[in-house]
Amino acid sequence: MNPPRAAGPTLAQSLFRGRLNTALTLLVGGLLLWFLIQFVPWAIGHAVWSADLQACREARGQGACWGVVSEKWRLILFGRYPFEELWRPVVACLLMVAAVLAIARREWWKPWVFVSALFAIVFSVLLMLGGFAGLSEVPTERLGGLSLTLLLAIIGNIASLPLAVALALGRSSDLPLVRAVCTTFVEVVRGVPLVTVLFMASFMFPLFLPSGMNPDVLLRVGVGLTLFSAAYQAEVIRGGINSVPRGQIEAAQSLGMGYWLTQTKVVLPQAFRVVVPPLVNSFIALFKDTSLVTIVSLFELFGSLRLALADPEWRPFYVEGFLFVALVYWVFCSAMSRYARGLERDFASARR
Amino acid sequence: MFKKTLVGLAAAAALSVAAGPAMAGKTLDSVKQKGVLSCGVNAGLGGFGIADSAGKWTGFDVDFCRAVAAAALGDANKVRYVPLNAAQRFTALQSGEIDLLSRNTTWTMSRDSQLGLSFGATTFYDGQGFLVPTKLKLKSAKQLKGATVCVQSGTTTEKNLADYFRSQKMSYKPVVYEDLKALIAAYAEGRCQVFTSDASQLAAIRANDMKNPADHVILPEIISKEPLGPAVRRGDEDWAKLVSWVHFAMLEAEEFGVTSKNVDKMKSDANPGIQRLLGQGNNDFGKAVGVDAAWAARVIQQVGNYGEVFERNVGKNTPLKLNRGQNALWTQGGLQYAPPIR
Amino acid sequence: MTLSLTNPKFRARLWQGLLVVVLLVCLWLLVANLQKNLAARGVELGFGFLSGPAGFDIAERLIAYSAESSYWMAYAVGILNTLRVAILGVLIATGLGLFVAIGALSINPLVAWLCRTYVEVLRNVPLLLQLFFWYLSLAALLPENDAPLTLLPGVFLSKGGLSFPWWVDGLWEVPELGPFGMVGGAAISPEFLALLGGLSIYTSAFIAEVIRAGILSVPKGQSEAAKALGFSGWQQLRLIILPQAMRVIVPPMTNQYLNLTKNSSLAVAIGYPELVSVATTTLNQTGHAVEAISLLMLVYLTLSLLTSWLMARFERASRLKERT
Repeated sequence: MNPPRAAGPTLAQSLFRGRLNTALTLLVGGLLLWFLIQFVPWAIGHAVWSADLQACREARGQGACWGVVSEKWRLILFGRYPFEELWRPVVACLLMVAAVLAIARREWWKPWVFVSALFAIVFSVLLMLGGFAGLSEVPTERLGGLSLTLLLAIIGNIASLPLAVALALGRSSDLPLVRAVCTTFVEVVRGVPLVTVLFMASFMFPLFLPSGMNPDVLLRVGVGLTLFSAAYQAEVIRGGINSVPRGQIEAAQSLGMGYWLTQTKVVLPQAFRVVVPPLVNSFIALFKDTSLVTIVSLFELFGSLRLALADPEWRPFYVEGFLFVALVYWVFCSAMSRYARGLERDFASARR
Repeated sequence: MFKKTLVGLAAAAALSVAAGPAMAGKTLDSVKQKGVLSCGVNAGLGGFGIADSAGKWTGFDVDFCRAVAAAALGDANKVRYVPLNAAQRFTALQSGEIDLLSRNTTWTMSRDSQLGLSFGATTFYDGQGFLVPTKLKLKSAKQLKGATVCVQSGTTTEKNLADYFRSQKMSYKPVVYEDLKALIAAYAEGRCQVFTSDASQLAAIRANDMKNPADHVILPEIISKEPLGPAVRRGDEDWAKLVSWVHFAMLEAEEFGVTSKNVDKMKSDANPGIQRLLGQGNNDFGKAVGVDAAWAARVIQQVGNYGEVFERNVGKNTPLKLNRGQNALWTQGGLQYAPPIR
Repeated sequence: MTLSLTNPKFRARLWQGLLVVVLLVCLWLLVANLQKNLAARGVELGFGFLSGPAGFDIAERLIAYSAESSYWMAYAVGILNTLRVAILGVLIATGLGLFVAIGALSINPLVAWLCRTYVEVLRNVPLLLQLFFWYLSLAALLPENDAPLTLLPGVFLSKGGLSFPWWVDGLWEVPELGPFGMVGGAAISPEFLALLGGLSIYTSAFIAEVIRAGILSVPKGQSEAAKALGFSGWQQLRLIILPQAMRVIVPPMTNQYLNLTKNSSLAVAIGYPELVSVATTTLNQTGHAVEAISLLMLVYLTLSLLTSWLMARFERASRLKERT
């Protein structure tokens, strides 16, 4: 039987121990209370929930106008997607989120789960774009809102992984030229802001392709995002590769295993555990970075909000619109962040 | 694995360089093959290029796209509209993403020579002006010394503004944005006291984007020449000619009195000018530019003549309430003059 | 060397040789396409355009510049503006981050909860959203241009920014109210304030996490020993914990400083004329996309390398002198 643990300080004791502490508690507590008293009636009590412009104007200053969201929700969530085909982005988004959640469950880390998730995601993209099996083709500039954010983030992350693994292996390679090429690529891409990469994709890409090849803006931006995120993920994976003790590689070599066999069977599986939590962090970073594609006129979640707020009638209620979109981002990102922390904890305890 | 990918990419690139035909001279063929005209338009400028929430595009520049589609493809609705901001418009045209740029773009020498573009007809003669709040009680642009001026980046507007204030020896503070909507919001919030742009854009913004149009006034000074017109890629003369002649056909139609309502009746009119315009009898002026004889008749029937397009989008019955002014026909004292179709 | 595939040295040379060939072929293809496309458009590659007159004005500048100055000067103004926001941002973010990190480790559960929520909220919302929110709020809340708020004698706050007395052309000028707002003296624009505030606060959340991880990495025995020796809490932190935490803090902190510098490029969206904004205007007006964007990337790479080098020197200087 374990000895009884000494009781720690209670909440009340921690809050009021010492003069400085009590003063802090009163100050911070008072500020929080004041803020809540102002915020809750504004956000919920006197708020206008329906898309009633008149009511919103009358409630200005006293109640939030969530009518901005009720009025513009379609634009914010799905961009300018044709109204009759709205079921397609809905199904596609649900499918993509389900696929990601399936991959996230550690009990389901089996090859067939990964493959079917990949198929589900590719199918969702094709569903949104259309052009087959009787589905009308939707031009890529009609895609927008949350559906576009999810598409860019998920495809970008998945497509960048193979490239990232290749770059990480290349940087750790013994061949000096391979190492030089991979290092240059990673350092150059990490040294410039994402905005320049997007500009490159938007303005310079077409110049390097033979005339006649005009890849779609969405494809160009997707490639830009993939290359950018691959460089950062390569660094994370390289950290993981370096964490595998050199003795493992030497043992594999003494057993007669070649380079590729060593990497795939010995090094990468062991690096995996170290690598997954920071990789999830880089997923979160890419998810947030999709907001930058507004700069090249693709209207994802944030861009759609600004498009919605360009309407002069609803422009004064930008605070409510921003809070709603911030909440959507926060929900997705903090869920992923919590997941990464959970993984980290479990992996750390398992290693001991 | 990495190296294999590189080899694969190189092979693909090599093949495409070898196989891809030179597109420079054949825009019309590619448009006909695609079956749709890719037209670059303004993302949201009332009266010139704006889409409603159902995705239907309307506007002066949009109607010109439809006219070219009617001439080249036979159907004014076969247009794919690509909304572009001021920064992207030229690269989209240069790269081949769009076939025609119809986005209130000013024809200047540097754009005509350095950017790989080609301008033809001027569909809208405009000039740069200043929009100010009425409450400042300003009568003239010469009173704007020290003002904060909102201007869009990367436009002729920015340069003209600098030139004007320098020549008037007045100081000013520019607030420069790339995004037009953000700029309008900054002006509406009071970040700047003056908004400068083409006078037609100012009218559109005043009518559509301001809470109360009466609170804003456009100052009388027009400080520059802004001949707005469609642009195409340099190197494809046939396509450039077709685009220009679509505009001239619309002008000729207005001169002759042919409207979208009376096209069929006019086909039997005795006036030889009208006969040539509508492709009646043995007249086939479309062949030389790659279209059939009834190209102009289709344009007028499906879109309208110049006057109809003007009045429908920016005329007195629209929120913009613009006069024909410089855009009237030469016979009524304006600048719109079409070379004869003969 | 035996020329056989079973010889590892030969294999290594072969693979690398193939890589060189493949890269060269790709490069040649890309350059060939580039030249063909540029020729078709009548645009020539070359940096000569940079000495031509820029033709556009820049409102905020630290050096003399007018519309007649060359594009080089415009780039210089842009670089200085970027540095201005980057350096100030780094200072403010570090200070704020330190404050929040200490708060997150406080024994007062309310303060700790507040600091942790601060970090959680700011890290999970995109920076662009935060910048816009700051800018729009500032634009809405600042007093009108014709009725500025007087903070101190000579220092005014209005929609035109923060105006304060300064030397203009050698004369000391105090801002006064003109027909369009404050004239005279110098001003910090609302765009700069919004960018600085948004960037600093966003990065401070990440820096707070880095510092907190660093402080937690110092063995608890150190602070216990310090307390036994009679050090106060503040002295513990300053003299014992932070110096040892530096080892763990400096590499990720460098990363955050680099991120802040790169994130300043978002200013193009809220109208602050820093480097990216100048580059895109140049790109538009001259059509030389390749040169403009390459210059841009070169400048950012140089800034990144410079920051990494400075931080590496700082780390070496602060390294613990281990017993040899």
